[in-house]
Amino acid sequence: MRVAVASGKGGTGKTLVAVNLASVLASERPTALIDCDVEAPNAHLFLRPELSEREDVSKRVPVIDEDRCTGCGACVEACEFHALAFVGGRVLVFDELCHGCGRCGLVCPSGAIREVDHPLGVIERGNAGELAFVHGRLHIGEAMASPIIAELKRGIPERDWVLLDAPPGTACSVITTLHGVDAVLLVTEPTPFGLHDLRAAVGVVRALELPAGVVINRENIGDSDVERFCEEEGLPILLRIPFDRRIAETGAEAEPLIDALPEWRGRFAELAARVEELVS
Amino acid sequence: MNRVVFLSGKGGTGKTTLAAVFAARAEDLAVVDADVDAANLHLIFHPEIVETGVYSGSKVAVRDERTCISCDRCREVCRFGAIDEGLEIDPLLCEGCGACVTACPVDALRLVERPSGKWYVGRAARRPMVGAELYPGEEVSGKLVSLIREKMDDLANREGLERIAIDGSPGIGCPVIASTTGTQAAVLVTEPSRSGLHDLERILGVVRHFGVPAYLVINKADLSEPLAEEIEAFARREDLPLLGRIPYDERVVRALRVGRSPADDPESPAGRAMDEAVALLLREIG
Repeated sequence: MRVAVASGKGGTGKTLVAVNLASVLASERPTALIDCDVEAPNAHLFLRPELSEREDVSKRVPVIDEDRCTGCGACVEACEFHALAFVGGRVLVFDELCHGCGRCGLVCPSGAIREVDHPLGVIERGNAGELAFVHGRLHIGEAMASPIIAELKRGIPERDWVLLDAPPGTACSVITTLHGVDAVLLVTEPTPFGLHDLRAAVGVVRALELPAGVVINRENIGDSDVERFCEEEGLPILLRIPFDRRIAETGAEAEPLIDALPEWRGRFAELAARVEELVS
Repeated sequence: MNRVVFLSGKGGTGKTTLAAVFAARAEDLAVVDADVDAANLHLIFHPEIVETGVYSGSKVAVRDERTCISCDRCREVCRFGAIDEGLEIDPLLCEGCGACVTACPVDALRLVERPSGKWYVGRAARRPMVGAELYPGEEVSGKLVSLIREKMDDLANREGLERIAIDGSPGIGCPVIASTTGTQAAVLVTEPSRSGLHDLERILGVVRHFGVPAYLVINKADLSEPLAEEIEAFARREDLPLLGRIPYDERVVRALRVGRSPADDPESPAGRAMDEAVALLLREIG
């Protein structure tokens, strides 16, 4: 079973939910956690996995062979991303704009384009106790997160349960994460921002026709608008986590809630059962 | 022109709230909501919308089944796995690059524009404000940010405004880079946690990569004194000026619920601390 933990708004507690749920599941059956938030990966801070494998992720960018290039401009014209430009009679490549699609090489009539790897980030794999752990890290200054997520998803370990910690928002990197999962857990908070962004996230989940349930974090800081919205939308609320200074402190130190406050172990086990019901 | 961008790396640290407090205090200021993936600033500013538009920044491949000879060339050249064995194109995976169009020997494929988001120009408390919302699953967030920033640059020039506040997205990727380039100051909003510090290190790397002077605000600072101190020590090592420590304060959510800035609430300790932090920022950036 593959379950993504997502949210529209950032900082609502996706990683908190993913890490604790994964740890509870891993003590019962084979489980993997994939941290797909490659721009701001944080799950490893909580789980302190032993990372044993490391793999570079790159995109293929063109290099122009000046001797062969006739300056016909076919590549510049074909690039949909404006990653190639004519400057002073030469073709210049802007690596950061290139999507690595290879179209320039396909259109070049004189075989003047070859491709080299441009590093985007890394993927690291390992274990945190029983739990299989994989995450990706986008390099500083690089714009494209999705290729790393796509690569993460190609290498998902075979486990009964696979949890995917999604990036915030509703853009392409979120869709890449959600592609092919069995259910989505949406983590939100009962504030106007939380509700606004939950609405957007629900839109995505509906478009992908995925079963979804909601976790309301810091449930006591706001109002009941989120609850009302969930009721209207027929979204089950699977877990409520209150704002509590003790919870905030364990989170600050990146200590899993189920270790610091053991009463949460049962609650996350219950959450797992509810997610399972959601899928079946 | 003085452009100030609010960033955080980690989401939910209080970027938007602080940007709102800054915008309310600074004069001659225009506002850009560049968090096109989860725009929230309008919930505080309630702009009166003057103009809207749809942005078609990306394309998608479509196949004409009658012309197609099922030769499979398109599927072979697609590097994004967007074309399946039945040669159906998944628009969510298609990058709109056109490699398939080039490869097709019978011209059965073409690229069509697709709407990727909508933008607005409005006014909030007499100042111009622009924002946008990316449609779900779209990937041109950076281009959409650049578009609304250009609109605001024009507007600000026309109205003789000196400052632009830009509320950025979480993360360090495409929209963050588009929000950061060409700004004169970046305010990094963090919270006292291991995750907050980890993501602060990454966003500081991005901001410095683009040569933008950075400033730090620690929000909800009293939720973990040890981590707040660790972050302050990090800031000292990095020569990252600290504008303020904001206490955790339940009144912030209460202000947001009625669509107000917490700085408008004289009883709110966080509102006061945020106001002092932005006053310090204004003195620093002149």
